[in-house]
Amino acid sequence: MVTGAFGRLRGGLRRTREVLGRGLERLRTTRGAEREHALEELEQRLIEADVGVEAAVIIRDRLEEYLRTSPGPSLEELVGVIRKQLLDLMRAPVPPPLAEPEERVAPYVVLIAGVNGSGKTTSLGKLARHYAKEGHRVMVGAADTFRAAAVEQLAIWAQRAGADLVAQKPGADPASVAFDAVTAAKARGHSVVLLDTAGRQHTKVNLMNELAKIRRVVNKAHSGAPHESLLVLDATVGQNAVSQARLFHEVLELDGIFLAKVDGTAKGGVVVPIIRELGLPVRWLGVGEGIDDIEPFSPERFVEAMLAPQ
Amino acid sequence: MFGTLTARLEDIFSKLQGKGKLDEKSVREALREIRLALLEADVNYRVVKDFVARIQESAVGEEVLSSITPGQQVVGIVYRELVRLLGDEAEPILWKGPMPLVIMLVGLQGSGKTTTAAKVASLLKARNKKVLLVAADVYRPAAVDQLRILADQLEVGFYRMDDVPPKEICTGAVERATREIVDVVILDTAGRLHINEPMMEELSGIAAGVKPRERLLVLDGMTGQDAVRAAQEFDKRLDLTGIIMTKLDGDARGGAALSVRAVTGKPIKFIGVGEKLEDLEPFHPSRIASRILGMGDVVTLVEKAQEKVDATKAATLQKKMRKGELTLEDFLDQLKQIKTMGSMDQLLKMIPGASKLGLNASAANDHELVRMEAIISSMTREERRKPYVLNGSRRKRIARGSGTRVQDVNRLLREFEAMRKMMKRFGSGMRGKKMLLGQFH
Ligand SMILES: Nc1nc2c(ncn2[C@@H]2O[C@H](COP(=O)(O)OP(=O)(O)OP(=O)(O)O)[C@@H](O)[C@H]2O)c(=O)[nH]1
Ligand SMILES: Nc1nc2c(ncn2[C@@H]2O[C@H](COP(=O)(O)OP(=O)(O)O)[C@@H](O)[C@H]2O)c(=O)[nH]1
Ligand SMILES: [Mg+2]
Ligand SMILES: [Mg+2]
Repeated sequence: MVTGAFGRLRGGLRRTREVLGRGLERLRTTRGAEREHALEELEQRLIEADVGVEAAVIIRDRLEEYLRTSPGPSLEELVGVIRKQLLDLMRAPVPPPLAEPEERVAPYVVLIAGVNGSGKTTSLGKLARHYAKEGHRVMVGAADTFRAAAVEQLAIWAQRAGADLVAQKPGADPASVAFDAVTAAKARGHSVVLLDTAGRQHTKVNLMNELAKIRRVVNKAHSGAPHESLLVLDATVGQNAVSQARLFHEVLELDGIFLAKVDGTAKGGVVVPIIRELGLPVRWLGVGEGIDDIEPFSPERFVEAMLAPQ
Repeated sequence: MFGTLTARLEDIFSKLQGKGKLDEKSVREALREIRLALLEADVNYRVVKDFVARIQESAVGEEVLSSITPGQQVVGIVYRELVRLLGDEAEPILWKGPMPLVIMLVGLQGSGKTTTAAKVASLLKARNKKVLLVAADVYRPAAVDQLRILADQLEVGFYRMDDVPPKEICTGAVERATREIVDVVILDTAGRLHINEPMMEELSGIAAGVKPRERLLVLDGMTGQDAVRAAQEFDKRLDLTGIIMTKLDGDARGGAALSVRAVTGKPIKFIGVGEKLEDLEPFHPSRIASRILGMGDVVTLVEKAQEKVDATKAATLQKKMRKGELTLEDFLDQLKQIKTMGSMDQLLKMIPGASKLGLNASAANDHELVRMEAIISSMTREERRKPYVLNGSRRKRIARGSGTRVQDVNRLLREFEAMRKMMKRFGSGMRGKKMLLGQFH
């Protein structure tokens, strides 16, 4: 069993307090250079979790401010302050309503996108299983027509999840596959459609236009669709993810993020600046390679994991 | 994002330059900016710390404080140190030794191993080597099919074996390669987490079984702070012989390159710059250094230009860039050539100051270029050579002629001027410094 930050997290709050304990104790009881050093340690931990310099500095500054204005805080208080600051940073300014598949819109269409190798197809497989378990009839559309054996890979996930698959030949127009998948789902009474797309660098204008076209065509096939567009981010990604999110958001008006591979040692802290800048919520976490390795996102647990030692 | 660093360095640069001489306070300030820039480029926190300390030593030391151009000195030191840390231009492949050469590719999930295996195969096939691609990923759905399709496309050998563990697949493949006098065997292993003990053990087993001469870590160029930990673990198990960085065709700064190089000491051998099988390039430290610093990859651009354009023209252009004598006419020429040189976003990133021209990645579309081309094309020859003659009424005429607005014309002129100045600054900073000058030859 792999136990990354999130596996180890199940111990909950106490652990974090223990770990942050020593540094915080010093924050509490020392001044001057020593306190400075403790603050730096905290900053380091945050930056090493990939939250970026800006967010790390904000938290550090607020903590300093707190120490200045409320002398002699308890350990509990300090831990609370840090957690609260992180949670505040992660509160989307305008929380978009989280859609749920409903009968009224059926089929509920989800478009999955992201850069190469981030975990789109696997995450889609997990979502397919999740919705199937909730009693939905799930259709999967193989709109990655570019990568070698992409369809074969998706077919295996569809089968594992008990979903149906619509695919065309390699090299086919991905928008046409997406259209077919949605149309077929409508005709055959599926309640959820998940569309896999090819990985692409967000800076490639033609490939991003292709994504825009998929979205348009899907909307033509079924008004209101896609009901949800998810960006799959690899938790090991660094600050480049901000640029990814921005450009995918421009094209797809994203509804949220699926953060994959948090079972490693990377913390995925880059979602903090993404939430801050773009107001995109994280909806799901991928916690392993198995079909059931998926969890709904919880900011509280996420913050705990981020502060945990590596 | 792209270009913020360039702008910041220019800021430090001009701030320092304005003062003429450098005091310790401005050194500190500059160092803080450099630290920030490196962290934003995803260089690991600890690596940055060491790096900045080293820079400080050389910067506070002798020459800089007494220099008349301290800003240039600091940037020069940073750049030089980066290049040094990134290592020499390594021999990309260790040929020396018994045949077949076995290359083992390892890495995290989705880093690009399978694609890279095929890219390396393609490269070697072009050098008339007989290659065997081995499907040793028995876990990821359709991983074997993926490699088989790529092997078919390349028309190189392919090896698979069902229902046996990866170690046996690899030994079987090497046996066949020896029998059939294959030159190179490339093992495509499954992606795994560096903390997954049984999976890491599997890699050690394969390595013990077939003794691959090359053990290469395939690392995603967009990786963040965690790159060091992963690289260290793989290195500990396998004693890596090198690293291949992938997906550098996007706008990632690739700071992870510096991190993994610093903690493992292993050379970066190739970089992946696209999804196609020819998109693999040898690693050049100076290029990644300028990329991390956001200075643009002038060398690659010039090389590409030389492939397509005649060499004398390119040389003249370089000289002009260095002297700050670049005219709008040259620029128009460039725009036209760019079109014939390959994908826009990739090329734009190589132009220092492209960001200043508003050509950041998101705007790096044909539309923007067409507009710029239209504006410059609507100028007379004289105007292109001496933009200072462009008064209000001329600008209006040009806007009308090009179907743009006067603001667009103004913006282009302003930004062109900024770029020209910057090129000149970088250019003169480079003169007399062998290291930096080398970048242009
Ligand atoms: N450990 C771990 N691995 C994951 C997770 N999600 C995906 N992966 C692995 O990451 C690799 C890439 O996953 P894919 O689902 O093929 O990614 P993709 O984005 O569809 O890739 P392309 O279509 O090639 O761009 C595979 O080896 C997956 O097994 C996760 O949550 N944890
Ligand atoms: N843009 C880009 N994509 C790449 C590069 N190298 C690999 N990829 C893509 O990254 C994804 C994962 O690659 P793959 O070779 O399957 O990775 P593996 O899981 O490590 O074997 C695929 O979509 C590839 O097309 C590269 O240099 N640039
Ligand atoms: Mg996929
Ligand atoms: Mg693979």
